[in-house]
Amino acid sequence: MANNKKMKKTTRSNLLMFGFVIVFWAVIQVVSLTGHMTSKLNGLLIPVCAYIIMAISLNLVVGFLGELSLGHAAFMSAGAFAGIFFYTTVGATLPKAAALVISFILGGAAAGLFGILVGVPVLRLSGDYLAIVTLASGEILKNVLSALYIGKDSTGIHFSLKDQFSLGLKPDGKMLIKGAMGIPGIQKFSNFTVGVILILITLAFIVNLKNSRAGRAITAIRDDEIAARATGLNLTHYKLLAFVSAAVFAGIAGVLYALNYSTLVADKFDYNLSINVLVMVVLGGMGNIFGGMIAAILLTILPEMLRGFSQYRMFIYSIVLIVMMLFNQAPALVAWRQRLVSKVKGEDRKAEEKVETADASYFEEMKSKSNEKTGNEESVKEEK
Amino acid sequence: MQFLTYLVRGISLGSVYALIALGYTMVYGIAKMLNFAHGDVIMVGGYVVFFAFCKNGFNPWISVLIAMGACMLLGITIERVAYKPLRGTPSLAVLITAIGVSYFLQNGAMLLWKSDPKSFSSIVGINGLNLFGGKLQISAETIVTIITSIVIMIVLMWFVKKTKPGHAMQAVSEDRGAAQLMGINVNGIISLTFAIGSALAAIAGALLLSSYPTLMPTTGAMPGIKAFTAAVFGGIGSIPGAFLGGILLGIIENLSKAYISTQLSDAIVFLVLIVILLVRPTGLLGKKTTVKV
Repeated sequence: MANNKKMKKTTRSNLLMFGFVIVFWAVIQVVSLTGHMTSKLNGLLIPVCAYIIMAISLNLVVGFLGELSLGHAAFMSAGAFAGIFFYTTVGATLPKAAALVISFILGGAAAGLFGILVGVPVLRLSGDYLAIVTLASGEILKNVLSALYIGKDSTGIHFSLKDQFSLGLKPDGKMLIKGAMGIPGIQKFSNFTVGVILILITLAFIVNLKNSRAGRAITAIRDDEIAARATGLNLTHYKLLAFVSAAVFAGIAGVLYALNYSTLVADKFDYNLSINVLVMVVLGGMGNIFGGMIAAILLTILPEMLRGFSQYRMFIYSIVLIVMMLFNQAPALVAWRQRLVSKVKGEDRKAEEKVETADASYFEEMKSKSNEKTGNEESVKEEK
Repeated sequence: MQFLTYLVRGISLGSVYALIALGYTMVYGIAKMLNFAHGDVIMVGGYVVFFAFCKNGFNPWISVLIAMGACMLLGITIERVAYKPLRGTPSLAVLITAIGVSYFLQNGAMLLWKSDPKSFSSIVGINGLNLFGGKLQISAETIVTIITSIVIMIVLMWFVKKTKPGHAMQAVSEDRGAAQLMGINVNGIISLTFAIGSALAAIAGALLLSSYPTLMPTTGAMPGIKAFTAAVFGGIGSIPGAFLGGILLGIIENLSKAYISTQLSDAIVFLVLIVILLVRPTGLLGKKTTVKV
């Protein structure tokens, strides 16, 4: 306890996160060892792990960099296809552990490459344009993967973007990727412990990045891009760092997710999946890694557990998105919340002051937060 | 001759994109936000026309008018409830809320009207044209769509350039704060913009479904995103730009469907968007702006 107090607040909350993941792992282990594991819950474990990694990595872009990516599922897809393609072809001849490790690395690398490919041009844009371009690149990848045919025969490997027959396979040939049917016949591998280890790796990377010089640069860009540039930060470098790191982990999550099923199709990683992950990030609080993890667990398990809920699921998600954004961002509601909090604490006077600044910010969009703060202090001084 | 057929079909699809893009571009120009839910307003308009015209046998004009009214109400409500409280917050917050609204409409429609596709019957009652001795057939829907979108674009340009509310819109688009100081009712003008955009969406929905008669809760999503592409293509905020962008995009999409690949036509359209944003971010007819501190 005494030791804990000496620790920095950030260190303590970080340890709490790692602790939470390990406790989550232990609880699941106990449940399955004592024979209480239902097959339904068991089937959800790997998706939960994949979604947690997705939520953590998207948080890096949305929460820390402050840009909206609507194509996070595309990185998952890129990773899944690269990793699984290796796993079902070359990986089949290797020892399983090695095949898995290389699949995860390849998946991450492929997603990272796709992230660079998308990120280098796209990160010159910002805001709405960036969001729509990430969406567009996700759709492009989905379309191309759905039209991709790869086959192998004695003469080598054949590609086609048209159909199975234009590959011109010899009779001894074998289809490896069947367009919209994707990659069939994956030897399933679902191990919860591996999932948890991947979560811990992701967490370690992101938490370290967040508390490093680069992480501070990334949040500085979020808070004020022009000011960040004025202090000499290389915007493109840090934006790309955040974007590509998020892509790499999404790719790893993709491999983990795809290994859980016997077929892999590109349609699974659509716009809806990107939005699902976005809902997790928003519900958990943008920039709050721990919150995102909890939201990922809840939003993956709850809909499956509540019968007949599934048709209302996306409807409720949409309301969650709207209400959370209004509750957290709308100036009038933020002011009301502050007033409520200070009323509980018995600081009515201060609250009124805050309401004033909140109302003022309603009209003066361009005023930065720091300006308001000093303005507030000045008005306090004047009253005295 | 085959090329001409594809071209005309492309212009027809492009006219629908143009109608939707006009709504996007007006809202973007004045409220400075990407209304993600715009495509789903088209879908709602489509359902209203479906129930009025296809189910209850109303006159097509009256059906479209009812749909316009319903969509106007919907647009104003969305703006008041979801977007207005967030005015002045970072664009990320507004964008996520807009995505939420889009999802709300899609899934609300799914609960209300079920997800099974409904087959829409064309609202156009006249006959098509046969040119060159039947070699080039132009459907009535195509003609009506193209004429409607041209007329609407001209009326909109007249409205913005010549009328008082139009001038107020330009002022709000230029500088919201200054416009307010000049006594312009900024909230009223933004509501008016949403109303006009949504009414156009209803017309676009009716015309889109007359040519492509499958109505589902997700019908509006893709055309919505493509129309945004069209608006960006032409230069966002510019009314003739949205029209030009829509037509060009429709032609690109149909020609790539015909000559390259059906499966990859969407990918090609989105590639166009990315290239345009990188090469000429202000679009074909857009104005250049610089961000000042």
